[in-house]
Amino acid sequence: MNFGEGLTPEAIAFGLFTILTIGGAFGVVTTRNLVRGAIWLIVSLFGIAGFFVLLSAPFLASVQVLVYIGAIGILFSFAVMLTRGMTNLKERFNSQWWLAGLAALTAFLLLMMGVVIPVFGNTIAPVSDQVTSTVDLGVALVSGNQYVLPFEVASLLLTAAMIGAIVIAREDD
Amino acid sequence: MGVPLWMYLTVAAALFSIGIYGVLARRNAVAVLMGIELMLNAVNLNLIAFWRYQTPFNMSGQAFAAFVLVVAAAEVAVGLAIIIAVYRNRQSVEVEDVDMLKG
Repeated sequence: MNFGEGLTPEAIAFGLFTILTIGGAFGVVTTRNLVRGAIWLIVSLFGIAGFFVLLSAPFLASVQVLVYIGAIGILFSFAVMLTRGMTNLKERFNSQWWLAGLAALTAFLLLMMGVVIPVFGNTIAPVSDQVTSTVDLGVALVSGNQYVLPFEVASLLLTAAMIGAIVIAREDD
Repeated sequence: MGVPLWMYLTVAAALFSIGIYGVLARRNAVAVLMGIELMLNAVNLNLIAFWRYQTPFNMSGQAFAAFVLVVAAAEVAVGLAIIIAVYRNRQSVEVEDVDMLKG
């Protein structure tokens, strides 16, 4: 981003989504009331959906809104409500919270050194302005020489997880 | 395009680190799962950013992000079911209270 040329709309949108994502994430890890934590999580996931739109992946953005905000957000709200009495713990963090902070900081510095520094200044713009469309993603997911096998395995995994979740959460009788 | 690749990667790295902190430091198991969700989203953001900037004509980036999404959904469903089962048995979702396997 070159501020000398003025702020492009894309840069403004990027800043906005960054605030949503990182601010929401801070809310998730610091809030005492977990109902608010679930709301902060939804804010953060919405920011990620915005990033997907900026990165020209509209299908994944809509799936992000549907699956993460729609399904997972509601699932978290239910879990928080079903475990009431634990949503307002006096002590938010365990006794090793400073060690956890140290680990998170170390991870951030390692990621910056290992992943961000190598591409710093290298990739200013995408290699091409043209992008593949949602049609190509759909074809890739079902075509025989690309991702049809992982696609089927993923559906099997979802079914197994669904049955497993029902079995685990069911009341013993 | 006005935003270089490293800015997306920095945001993803920050999100991942915040998720790590949430997983390691929170006492409520539901909050720990929320931290895991943040980390999975950071990974997805990285996948899509690299896809857009480096290989926009190859669908692997988007396909892998879609699979990560599926696995995350399955993981949340099973994880929350386990938490609810633990709450029913121990009246607690504190991570430190779940020590039945401790010798």
